[in-house]
Amino acid sequence: MKNKKAKTLEDAVSRIQDGATLLVGGFGQPGVPEVLIDGVCDLKRRDLTIVTNNAGTGHSGIARLFEEGCVGKLVCSFPWAKESFVFKELYDAGKIELEIVPQGTMAERMRAAGAGLGGFYTPTAVGTDLAEGKETKTIDGKDYVLEMPLRGDFALIKAYKVDPRGNLIYRKTGRNFNPIMAMAADHTIVEVEADVAMDELDPEVIVTPGVFVDTYYITGWYEIGKERNAS
Amino acid sequence: MSDEQTNLLTRQQIAARAAQDMEDGWLVNLGIGMPTMIPAFIPKGRDVMFHSENGLIGMGPPPAEGEADQDLISAGKELVTMVSGGAFVHHADSFAIARGGRLDCAVLGAFEVAANGDLCNWRLPNQTSGSVGGAMDIAAGSKRVFAMMTHTTRDGAAKIVAERTYPLTAGGVVTRIFTNMAVISVTPDGLVLDEVAPGLSADEVQAVTGAPLIMNAVGEIAVAA
Repeated sequence: MKNKKAKTLEDAVSRIQDGATLLVGGFGQPGVPEVLIDGVCDLKRRDLTIVTNNAGTGHSGIARLFEEGCVGKLVCSFPWAKESFVFKELYDAGKIELEIVPQGTMAERMRAAGAGLGGFYTPTAVGTDLAEGKETKTIDGKDYVLEMPLRGDFALIKAYKVDPRGNLIYRKTGRNFNPIMAMAADHTIVEVEADVAMDELDPEVIVTPGVFVDTYYITGWYEIGKERNAS
Repeated sequence: MSDEQTNLLTRQQIAARAAQDMEDGWLVNLGIGMPTMIPAFIPKGRDVMFHSENGLIGMGPPPAEGEADQDLISAGKELVTMVSGGAFVHHADSFAIARGGRLDCAVLGAFEVAANGDLCNWRLPNQTSGSVGGAMDIAAGSKRVFAMMTHTTRDGAAKIVAERTYPLTAGGVVTRIFTNMAVISVTPDGLVLDEVAPGLSADEVQAVTGAPLIMNAVGEIAVAA
């Protein structure tokens, strides 16, 4: 059986190179893989494209990636929250590119990538600025916009429990984008609170089967949103 | 503070009025801000479930002291609880619920609503970008969209208009408008003034509305003492 368990944080993330596209889980702070992000910060990579819902909170997590100059472009749905002041400063200074995508479209574009689809027609954003330049189509009398799949070189996600095959379950609203992103990247790296023995996860409740997981790293429980330096 | 003197409803009173329209058995999505005050006013005995776009069906009130869970938040990123019979879903399923027509109602804030039901709530005209979040998906997919807002801007300009001037969120979707002055229905014939706040006349509401109001049977908003 393939060993997917990384012994160190560096082992978990070191294959990420400059210029890579990273799908990063989380909505608000739950489900953000803060430990993996700290690991990427320590690698001092540059020009990363980050796909994630929010533009960071305070100085920790994704905000730390921005602050340390690792990111060239952000794809997200909700950039202008008051807690995302680090991103705003960089954006206003012209140091970072931004693509805004409606939240459901962002999720479905990644789902399409993971499911091997070439795109989909959605009613979201019809007639709005965010549909400009995109193909539209009327199907059964209703208008739709064509959206393309969104794939990552890597997915960085957070889960609650993992077994040796990489099967995952999540915790409450920490689930959010994580299962979708796990499917949509060439290489999926998971930070996970705890690992359990084979057969301890009920196959009926597994959310992400291990087939979508390449590497996992055990973090233990931690309080989310705290500023901390990586190991 | 001055709301009583000016006959404008408070935020709580607007939420209480909107809550009366939440029907038994509905699944409802609430936008950030004023709409999140609605659950406290749902009439007793009505089974209304709340959907939060971040993958929570069955959102409950804020947690009691000491019972907060860092992994359980609302779309507005506030700590919340969950009610019995709820479920967690991932983001693609959460938005399948919205686009797939499973939301009976979405109550959203608005910068501007046009007489044809156009909803504008994601970006100001002078901004180059906004925080769209899930607004476009939810507004495009919900069976009904209720707009909940102050009747005018702080400067007194109309937010209910004949044709929109703000960037569009979703076209022709708003079915009812709840403000601090009135309840207005969006119909194929135009905007119908259903109710006005106590102490206000229909003409006073029309004077600060940028589109003609149909005034056949105007009632008064019931406000709890």
